[in-house]
Amino acid sequence: MQQEVVLAMLAKEPSHGYQLRARLSLALGPLGDAMNAGQIYVTLSRLEKAGLVGCERSAGLPDRPDRKVYALTAAGQQRVADWLAEVSWPRPDLAEFHLKLIAAAAARLADPLVIVDTQRRELLRRLRDAQRAAMAEPGHSDAGLLLEGIVLRLQADLRWLEACERNWTGRKGQS
Amino acid sequence: MNETGNTSVLRACGLRKEYGKGEGLVRAVDEVDLEVAAGETLAVMGPSGCGKSTLLHLLGGLDRPSAGEVQLDGNRLDQMGERALARMRRHAVGFVFQAFHLMDELTAVENVELPALLAGRSPRTARRRALDLLEQVGLTDRAKFLPSALSGGQRQRVAIARALANDPLVVLADEPTGNLDSEATLDVLRLFDTLHAAGQTLVVVTHDSRIAATADRMISMRDGAFVDETRLTGGTTGHLGALAGLEG
Repeated sequence: MQQEVVLAMLAKEPSHGYQLRARLSLALGPLGDAMNAGQIYVTLSRLEKAGLVGCERSAGLPDRPDRKVYALTAAGQQRVADWLAEVSWPRPDLAEFHLKLIAAAAARLADPLVIVDTQRRELLRRLRDAQRAAMAEPGHSDAGLLLEGIVLRLQADLRWLEACERNWTGRKGQS
Repeated sequence: MNETGNTSVLRACGLRKEYGKGEGLVRAVDEVDLEVAAGETLAVMGPSGCGKSTLLHLLGGLDRPSAGEVQLDGNRLDQMGERALARMRRHAVGFVFQAFHLMDELTAVENVELPALLAGRSPRTARRRALDLLEQVGLTDRAKFLPSALSGGQRQRVAIARALANDPLVVLADEPTGNLDSEATLDVLRLFDTLHAAGQTLVVVTHDSRIAATADRMISMRDGAFVDETRLTGGTTGHLGALAGLEG
């Protein structure tokens, strides 16, 4: 998990580590299942060392030992503001697949259409999983919105595969 | 029996459909073999013009093959006379089309009950069944609406209810989400999922990957022939978190 994400989740109010985790779980739904519980604490201690997060001990409750409450420092607040303003977007690696098809065809090592079919199977399986998870979410949940993003990206990839299929079918006809 | 241990409901063997002749001969469906198990959802995907709609028409007895066999519940559709074929279509097959094909002058409930009336059910039984089906597709409050007063998604759900009116052995759907926005598509996906859970056999031809991804099995078609087949129920190699950029 990116440090800035943990930092930004803390911006709402000073919180315990477990409260942060609950906030992330709610936002990620089934996708948060893979989240490592210890990871947040590791990140928090790194952020503390970097001076982005301050930490105080809260009074312990009878059934709970003392717990640390984390809060953003001024530097931490600034980092969150910068991060929110930053434009970043994951870049899909299409070039590798594209070059795979070209290399396979040029060297006559494999049929590009078979490679396309194989790729499509895998993407459809992923789409199936993402879609099932999306359908299981209650309407308008935060996690549902994230799953919709995954579904839409997979659909876009599958549409590109269709274009690859058309293109390579056409080339086959010409040769 | 087949690999899943279920009897196959629908079966095609060496199926072929040709148009034109001589130089202009086109094989829209070219030597297709197919078996659909009871309760299975099968998706046939392919680019437009690959022959998938023609295939669906052959499977449902809407069109006759140039060669090969089609068996529905053990009955050879390719050898049946017109009247027997019409009867088979009415009783054993439910069709769902991209353009809905509802009767504009009939209300939703009248559209849904029509196949049951044509099959000789009493008006009372047909109406009761139609109202049940509209409830299943979530349109009880739209029963008395004309299609023109319904959204695209609602019209398609009426069409799906109509396809189920005679408890068909198989539902054949041709690009059922082709005219729908993504919200309405999700409604249709959910509905197909419910039908699947209830054991309905379903064959969908589509180029919408979302609907293909709900199937148990997917077949790719190119130039009239099957070129790839895969079972989608096996699960993925990765997990969902990785697809969203979360590390495991």
